[in-house]
Amino acid sequence: MGHMEKRVTFKGIWLPLLLVLPQILITAIFFFYPAGQAIWQSLFIPDPFGLSMQWVGLGNFEYLLSDRYYRASFVTTAVFSILVTVVSMGVALYLAILADRLIKGSGTYRTLLIWPYAVAPAVAGVLWLFMFNTRVGVVTWYLGLLGYDWNHVLNEGEAMGLVVVASAWGRISYNFLFFLAGLQAIPRSVIEAAAIDGAHFWTRFRTIVFPLLSPTTFFLLVVNIIYAFFETFGVIHTITSGGPQQATTILVYKVYSDGFVGQDLGSSAAQSVILLVIVSLLTVIQFKYIERRVHY
Amino acid sequence: MAEQTGMVEKRGVGLWLTHLGLIIGVAFIFFPIWLAFVASTVSQPEIVRPPMPLLPGDQFFENYSKALTAGINAPVALMLGNSLFMALGIAIGKIAISLLSAFAIVYFKFPGKKLFFWLIFLTLMLPVEVRIVPTYEVIANFGMLNSYQGLILPLIASATATFLFRQFFMTVPDELAEAARVDGAGPMRFFFDILLPMSRTNIAALFVILFIYGWNQYLWPLLITTDPSMNTIVMGIKQMFPSGDDIADWPVIMATSILAMVPPVIVVVGMQKLFIRGLVESEK
Repeated sequence: MGHMEKRVTFKGIWLPLLLVLPQILITAIFFFYPAGQAIWQSLFIPDPFGLSMQWVGLGNFEYLLSDRYYRASFVTTAVFSILVTVVSMGVALYLAILADRLIKGSGTYRTLLIWPYAVAPAVAGVLWLFMFNTRVGVVTWYLGLLGYDWNHVLNEGEAMGLVVVASAWGRISYNFLFFLAGLQAIPRSVIEAAAIDGAHFWTRFRTIVFPLLSPTTFFLLVVNIIYAFFETFGVIHTITSGGPQQATTILVYKVYSDGFVGQDLGSSAAQSVILLVIVSLLTVIQFKYIERRVHY
Repeated sequence: MAEQTGMVEKRGVGLWLTHLGLIIGVAFIFFPIWLAFVASTVSQPEIVRPPMPLLPGDQFFENYSKALTAGINAPVALMLGNSLFMALGIAIGKIAISLLSAFAIVYFKFPGKKLFFWLIFLTLMLPVEVRIVPTYEVIANFGMLNSYQGLILPLIASATATFLFRQFFMTVPDELAEAARVDGAGPMRFFFDILLPMSRTNIAALFVILFIYGWNQYLWPLLITTDPSMNTIVMGIKQMFPSGDDIADWPVIMATSILAMVPPVIVVVGMQKLFIRGLVESEK
């Protein structure tokens, strides 16, 4: 993590300990203890009355990994995350490129585009649910006019499409801000030089702009995948509740539905541990990259 | 040769196409919110006989006052209050404990410093979604279900805020601390009189981000507030839908959705500069 030390420091041992105490206490009680519990519980199966726990070692994990539904949830999560990331980053990049072309007015568009960032995923879910509601949805009704019978309550593909669009919609602002900042940081002279050499827009984009934008793109890729994994619970819970036939049950949703709805604590704890490993990997990737960027 | 002005600027048809593209984007972003707003101003019969109108109706006052004072499970005014309390508690709590610990880590040498630093760092990897069942049990054992402490405390330990302040403190010139020491000012005096005022912009930027983070929480309040009077607005909306086959009271639900968006949107748009700065800084 580089240097943590200041040349000038204050004396004292008790004062700094007292200063870190609140954060350490909260971290210990609400982070490390529960995480430890999750790891511990993942090694047991509670009896049906919750009176005793039976040691099963890695049994919960073995059971999970051989469980058809859990494996399906992995695939669902992968498909969902990739789609959300591609859609939200694609639209954001497109809008950022357009806004970057403007000399005047890009600030206005930025203001108009940033505020969905403030809309909670769960609220975004309700908005999209309303438009595509099978009974009253406006979009459903107009699709019906065109002869298309929309029903995400029964159709798995439509359910997935709807949660992807609702999740990506709320994320466009965030990606747009980073892409626009990245584009505006590219020296205009570089692009103008290429233009004078006769390179067309697409060529310039592919050979100059996109490579220079790649740190931003990579950063956003990781952050968006983390978002799709963990922060879209609200969207899924409001729109599909994981259905139909678990078609939109992503891993985080499954931890919730097995742990709280199904009361299967051992399995839910094992799922928590697996998620823990996934978050750790993603965080390490993110930090590796940030370390590198700092050294540039 | 017009092409040669390039990515940088566009004139004539190109300029209009650029605007058109952006306007389509803005429309796509706005449309769901516009529909929600329209739905919150019309009556239930207008919605349940599709297609619903695309322009606002005259039921604005009725729907919003019904939502705010009666709601469906609990008055929305109450849920707004809970959300505000939770968001402020998380933002202020996180900033306070992070400022203190970052100050200790940067300005002192003490045993266990490295260990504490790594303990805080590790929390980056543990979003509440990952450890919900055990965290729920901790809160239940403390008797904090349906309480503000229960809503706030598990969400205020954050490595990001501590890192941000640590990073900022590292850029503060050593001469300032040196001068404070020579003048005989104690560390806390230095913290309150010099460091804190210097951190104002950072604190404000972080406040915007954390307020929205707190306001938009969903899963956590869903688990620990079983009492409707403790519901936050963001999680309360879903609770307004009837179970079973009954038709939802869409005008009231949509009025609630709009009310749930207004405070964070005001914060983001009103403090746009700080917000963008906070976003870009905290992700560094």
